[in-house]
Amino acid sequence: MADTPGGLMSGPDAADEEPRRRSAWGKLVDVNEQIWEVPTALVGHVGTHVTLFVESLRWMFKRPFRVGVLVEAMDYIGVQSLLIVSMIGLFVGMVFALQLTSALRQFGTEGFVGATLGIAVTRELSPVFTSIVVAARAGAGMATELGSMRITEQIDALATMAVNPVQYLVTPRVIAGTIMVPLLSLLFVAVAMLGGYGVAVWLEHVDPGVFVENARWIVETKDLVQGLVKSTVFGCALTVISCAQGFNASGGAKGVGIGTTRAVVGSFVTILVLDYFLTDIILVLQHK
Amino acid sequence: MNRSEEYQIQIRGLDKSFGAHKVLRGVDLDIERGHINVVIGGSGQGKSVLMKHLMGLLKPDAGHIWVDGEDVVPMNDVQLNRLRRKFGMAFQYAALFDSLTVEQNVAFPLVEHTNKSKSEIHDLVLKRLDQLGMRNVEKKFPAELSGGMRKRVGLARALILEPEILLYDEPTTGLDPVATKNVDDMIRDISKETGVTSVVISHDMASTFRIADRISMLYEGKIAISATPDEFKKSTLPFVREFVEMSGTVTFEKHYEIGDEDTTTPGDS
Repeated sequence: MADTPGGLMSGPDAADEEPRRRSAWGKLVDVNEQIWEVPTALVGHVGTHVTLFVESLRWMFKRPFRVGVLVEAMDYIGVQSLLIVSMIGLFVGMVFALQLTSALRQFGTEGFVGATLGIAVTRELSPVFTSIVVAARAGAGMATELGSMRITEQIDALATMAVNPVQYLVTPRVIAGTIMVPLLSLLFVAVAMLGGYGVAVWLEHVDPGVFVENARWIVETKDLVQGLVKSTVFGCALTVISCAQGFNASGGAKGVGIGTTRAVVGSFVTILVLDYFLTDIILVLQHK
Repeated sequence: MNRSEEYQIQIRGLDKSFGAHKVLRGVDLDIERGHINVVIGGSGQGKSVLMKHLMGLLKPDAGHIWVDGEDVVPMNDVQLNRLRRKFGMAFQYAALFDSLTVEQNVAFPLVEHTNKSKSEIHDLVLKRLDQLGMRNVEKKFPAELSGGMRKRVGLARALILEPEILLYDEPTTGLDPVATKNVDDMIRDISKETGVTSVVISHDMASTFRIADRISMLYEGKIAISATPDEFKKSTLPFVREFVEMSGTVTFEKHYEIGDEDTTTPGDS
């Protein structure tokens, strides 16, 4: 019998055992790779988005400054979202007031509807709902637009005309998202409070003076600031995610569809994850 | 490398891989100043990848590209933007901005890089469109145009800043024979009138023999041959002969096997 390189691994039993051992090792390697696949992909995704964000910041301070393109992006992200944000704000305020009045009435404290609604709307509902609405409307639109520009070589065409695609397409959108989402969230606060007031006072017969006074007494400027800080961060994050998914789309129409889905889902998840950590940080800072 | 009067672009030892797939494996190529240089090769041979390297749209793994003596490879974004002003590029499917009208598309480089007034830009755009045989299309959107018209608008946009080097990515793909002939004539006329250096990526051999001053063939990641059209037709390299013969523009007197050193002279079909 010829010697095997291992020397000891000769004989019929060893010959049978070797492939079995190898496949067990192979399985172990496969499992190991599968375990690391998700975190590696996650780090890769985060890296892509951070790189695009840094790149867009870098080009923000270089000439030429295209005011027209920025105004167009602000119109698309902000002005064209006014109606939908107002509608969502109105009904969120109304349903919250309805639920709160019903719950607080059990304890005879329905006078605190305005205060409770104010805190919930300014701190949480306004930044989160506004960002999610903008991500679903403008974020999906941006990802689709940039994705189809990528697959039809329009982004390459920009570069060949000595126009940096990040500066032309991403930077204005990131600026617009960062400015317009907090402004929209202010509108959300106003409309939600109005809707809540309407339901509580006119339908549920809460005293209007008590509603307003309690709200003014409990809700402070720092609550509004908390909401504005969050919506600014969410606005920036959702535009970067949407632009990155469109900008890096590949594989034809299907690729654009996948990019759009990822833009919306990624924005939703990121907004909610960031919301928890930002709230934690802000509350710690406010109680110092 | 010093600026060469004869060659506007010089490429040496260009390597590019995508993952494990090696696309370019040491490309050496000289692009003649003021002439029409056609780079041919089969699908997936890396023609478009090579073209994207010329303008710095892709960074090579190794090698150098000199444009007028300046090395493109180490350039940063700002230097690349300056370099790209020398280039105009006509894309395979035109790559027009579909949210802009024909006029806005052609005017785009002028708006971005010059201080000309609106009326000056309007006049220049109409003049350029007119030169390419297009009238009354300036208010239309790209989706309203035929493939051939879109290509011409793309060409008008590439030409509007009067570049020194014009790149054409498969300019005749998807066109009928008459439109192909028109595009070929256009490339010839533009070259003659403006003296621009043209680099054409193509696999259309009939068109290549009509327009080329020099033909280079990309094969297995390298430039296998770079020659005048007449020299090219006489090549004894089996894959060159196969490529040319299969295109139906030139027939050889005797069939050959790949690897056969037959030197039969080809004749025009």
